Amino acid sequence: MRPVFSIHGGVHPPENKAQSTAEPIAVIPLAKHFILPLNQHIGAAAQAIVTLGQKVLKGEVLAEAQGLVSAPVHAPTSGEIIAIEERPVPHPSGLSALSIVLQADGKDQWTELSPIEDYHAHAPQHLLEIVRNAGIAGMGGAGFPTAVKLNPRSDQHVSTLILNGTECEPYITADDVLMRERAEEIVAGAELLAYLLKQPKDILIGVEDNKPQAIEALQKAAQNSSVEIVSFPTKYPSGGEKQLIEILTGKQVPSGAIPATIGIVVQNVGTVLAAWRAVRYGEPLLSRITTIVGDSLAKQRNIDVPLGTPIEHILKEHGWQQERCARIVIGGPMMGFAIDHADVPVIKTTNCVLVPSTEEMPAQPPAQACIRCGMCAEACPASLLPQQLLWYSQSENHEQLRSHNLFDCIECGACSYVCPSNIPLVQYYRASKGEIRKQDQEKEKSDRSRLRFESRKTRIEKAEAEKEAKRLARKKAAEEAKKIQAEKAKLKQSDSGESNIVSAAIAAASEKAVDPEKEKAKLERAFSSAESRVSRAKEQLQKAQDEGADDSRIESLKARLKQAEQKLNEAQNKLAEFANRAPATSERVLQKLAASPQEKVEKAIASVEKRLASAEEKLAEARENNSPTLAALEQGVAKLKEKLEQNRSELAQVKAESGTSTPSQTATQTEDLTLNAAQQAIEKAKAKAAAQANLSAEEKQAQQLESLLSRLEKAKQRLQKAEAENNENVDAFRMGVDKLQAKLDQAQAAQKENSEVGS
Amino acid sequence: MVELLLNQPILGALLALGSLAALFGAVLGFAAIKFKVEGDPIVDQIDELLPQTQCGQCGYPGCRPYAQAIADGDAINKCPPGGHTTIASLASLLDVEAPALDEEHGEESEVQKVAFIREDECIGCTKCIQACPVDAILGAAKQMHTVIVSECTGCDLCVEPCPVDCIDMLPMEQGLNEWKWELPKPTDIIATDRNEGHAA
Repeated sequence: MRPVFSIHGGVHPPENKAQSTAEPIAVIPLAKHFILPLNQHIGAAAQAIVTLGQKVLKGEVLAEAQGLVSAPVHAPTSGEIIAIEERPVPHPSGLSALSIVLQADGKDQWTELSPIEDYHAHAPQHLLEIVRNAGIAGMGGAGFPTAVKLNPRSDQHVSTLILNGTECEPYITADDVLMRERAEEIVAGAELLAYLLKQPKDILIGVEDNKPQAIEALQKAAQNSSVEIVSFPTKYPSGGEKQLIEILTGKQVPSGAIPATIGIVVQNVGTVLAAWRAVRYGEPLLSRITTIVGDSLAKQRNIDVPLGTPIEHILKEHGWQQERCARIVIGGPMMGFAIDHADVPVIKTTNCVLVPSTEEMPAQPPAQACIRCGMCAEACPASLLPQQLLWYSQSENHEQLRSHNLFDCIECGACSYVCPSNIPLVQYYRASKGEIRKQDQEKEKSDRSRLRFESRKTRIEKAEAEKEAKRLARKKAAEEAKKIQAEKAKLKQSDSGESNIVSAAIAAASEKAVDPEKEKAKLERAFSSAESRVSRAKEQLQKAQDEGADDSRIESLKARLKQAEQKLNEAQNKLAEFANRAPATSERVLQKLAASPQEKVEKAIASVEKRLASAEEKLAEARENNSPTLAALEQGVAKLKEKLEQNRSELAQVKAESGTSTPSQTATQTEDLTLNAAQQAIEKAKAKAAAQANLSAEEKQAQQLESLLSRLEKAKQRLQKAEAENNENVDAFRMGVDKLQAKLDQAQAAQKENSEVGS
Repeated sequence: MVELLLNQPILGALLALGSLAALFGAVLGFAAIKFKVEGDPIVDQIDELLPQTQCGQCGYPGCRPYAQAIADGDAINKCPPGGHTTIASLASLLDVEAPALDEEHGEESEVQKVAFIREDECIGCTKCIQACPVDAILGAAKQMHTVIVSECTGCDLCVEPCPVDCIDMLPMEQGLNEWKWELPKPTDIIATDRNEGHAA
C-alpha cells in the first residue's frame, strides 16, 4: 500500500453524491439545435471553417485551433449549420460569445474515422497530433488543452503520471460513474498517456475513499498493468491539482509554477478516456458525462450528453420544476457559478448542472463584519491568510495582495464555507485577481505606449535637427556667396581717384586691344570682297559693252562699278589707317598704363600747352584776317587756358602727395594686379581673334561637307544591312539616306558658289 | 608632539575630530562622484505610475513632462485617464495626502475608449497621424488611414485635427477575455436583518 500524505486545511461539506449515482449513465434524445461556442477551453478561440447552410456529419471539424494553446470544435451530430453568431455561453459573466449553431437532422450520421489498433506502432508525436486534433481539453473543469499538457518541455522529464479521479466537490459524480462503468478504458488511456510521456516511473489514479465501487472497478481493470490505484481520505478540496500531487507524492508545486517543473503531469480521468477514444477509435471529443442533479428535478442522474446540447433541453428531459428551482449552477456548489438562463449549452468543461430547490440551497445570508476568528486561515488548503487578503482586497492594496500570494489561491471556497460572518471571501479574491491582471495588462500597454511615444519624439527631434542643419548650411552658403560678390564688387570699384582712371583706361585699352587682330581680319575681308565686286562689275561692264547693250544698262553698270571702286578705296584707306594706328594705340595705352599719375598729368599739361600754342597761332592769324570765327577762337583759347590751369594745379597736388606720403603698398599691388589682368585679357583676345580669322567660311564649309559625306556613307551601310535582314525599318533608313543626300547636294552647291565668288 | 597633545587634551580632541571630518568628507566626496545617479530617479518613478496615454489633459505635452512637473511640485490630481488609482499610487510614492481628481482637466471615464476611423469617409490627409502621440494610426497621404487598436491609448488627440470628422471615440469592446469579477458590494445591514431573508 502506497503511503498518502495530508494537505493543510480543507473542509467536509455534505457530499450529496448519492442522488445521482443510483442510475447508470443514461443518454437523452438529441436536441433540435446544438450551440457550439468557439472558445470552450483556456486559450485562443477556435476559428470557424464552416459556412452557413453547410451540411456536416457527426465528428466533422467545425472550427480549427488557433495557435498552440487552443482546441478545435467538432460537430456533435450530423446536421446543418444555421448560424455563426453571438450566443450566451456558460460563463459567470453571462456574456455572449461567438458560437456555431447546428441544426440536427436526427440521423446522427458519423463522418469517416481512422481508428488505430496498436498505438505502439506510432510515434508519440503523431499520437499527440491526434489528441490535439480531437479537440480534447481538460474535462475536470479548467479546460486546458490536453495535448499541450502532454507535451512537456524537453528539459522536464515526467516521472509521475497522475490520473485525477478525486472528484471532491459535493453533488458531482460524473467521474465516479465513469470510473465505475468504463474502468478498462481509463486504464488503457493511462497506459497510452504513459507511452506519450515516455513511460513515467509511477502511473497513479487517485480516488477519494468515498467511491468504493469506482476503486473496485479500477483495481480490477488495472490488475495486469503498471497502473496503481491510490485511495485516500475524503476531504474538500483534495481534487485540486496541486493538492492531489501533495497527497499522493508529498511534494509541493512551487508558487507560480506548473506540476511539470517537478516532473508530474495530472490529468482528469474523463480527459484520459477521451484521449484514449480519440487514438483508439479516432473519435473526436463530441460528448461528455455530466451530472444532472438538484431537488427541483424529477430525475437525478449522470448522462452522456453531446456537447452543445442546450441545458434547457436536458432539464426538460429530467422533469425540471422551474418554480421550485433556486438557481441554475454550472459546476458544484463550492466552485460553480450561477447562470441566469437555461439557454446556454453544455461545453467541454461542464461536469455538473445543479438545480437545487430553494430549501436545498437557500440564499446566502448577508455578509457581516469579519470577527478575526481565523477559521479561514485554518481551512485554506493553500496555506494562505484569507483574512489579510480580505483587508488588502477591500483597500485595493494590490502590492500587498501580491506579496501575500493571492495568485496561489485556487478559489476553492473553503474559506467562505467556514466563515461565520458569511463573507464572500472568494469573490473578493476573484475580483482582485481580475483587477491585478487588468492592471498588469495596462502596465504592459503603457510601457509600450511610453516606448512608442519616446521613439516618436526622438524621431521627430532627429528630423528637426536634420532640417535645422540643412537650413544652416544653406544660410552659410548664401552668406559666403554674398561675401564673394561683395569682394568682387569692391575689387571692381576699389579705391577711388587715380585707380578709377587706371581701370577705365584699362577697360578702354583692352576693348581696343582685344579688337585689332579681329578688326584687321574684318577689314581685310571687307577689302577683298570689295575688290572682287569691283572686278565682277568691270567684267559685267565689259560684257555689256561687247554685246552692245543699251545705254541705260551700261550707264547703270558704270555707276555700280564706280560705287564698288569707291567702297574699295574706303576699305583700303581703313586698312591702311588701321595698320598705322594699331601698334600706336596699343603702345600708347601701355605707356599710359605704365605712366605714373605725375607723368600723366605732366603729359596732359604738355599736350594742352601744344594745343594752346596752335590755338593762339590760329587766333593771331584770325585777328590779322579779321575772320568771323574770332570770337569762337577766343573762347577756345580761354577754355584751353583754363584746362591748363587745372592740370597744373593737379600736378602740384600730385607732387605734394608723392612728396609727403609714398603711395600705399596695397594701391600699387592692385595696380599691378589690374595691369596683369589687362595684359592677360589682351593676349586671350588676340588668340581668339587669330583662331577665328584662320577658320574661314570656306574651311568651315569643307568640314561640314566631309562630315556629311561620312554620315551618308554610314547611313547607306545601315540601309544595306536592313535590306539584307528584311528589317521593318527599311523605309525609315531609306528616307534618312535620301535626306542626307539632299543635304550633301545643297552643301556642295553652296561650296561651289562660294569658290566662284572668292575667285 | 605626542606630549604636547597629552598636555593639551582640547587640542588633541580637536585634532582627532578634525581628521575624522576630513576622512569622512573625502569618502563622501568620492562616493558622490563615483556613484552619481544620472537623471532624476523620482521623475522615472512618477512616470512609471502615469498611464502613458500621452493625452496632454494635464496641460503638459505628455506623461513624462507631467512627471517632471510633479517632481517640481505640481499637483498630482491632474490626470483623468489614470483616475483615482493613479492619484493614490502617486500619493503613496510621494508620501502625501491623495486629493480628489481635479475636474478641470477632465473626468475619469469608466470605460476605456479607442479611436475608430470611418474609413470610407477618410480623405487621407495624414493630420491624425501627425497628431497621434504613440504612432497608433497607419496610413499615408491620399491613402485610407486606420487605427492600430492595440496601440491606441484613447487620448482623443486625433479627433480634433480631422477635417472631415471621421474619427469616433468608441468604448473598448468588452469580451469574455476582458471580463472580470466585481468586488462584492459592501452590505449595510445589522445582524437582525439575517432572519428577514435579505440577500447580500
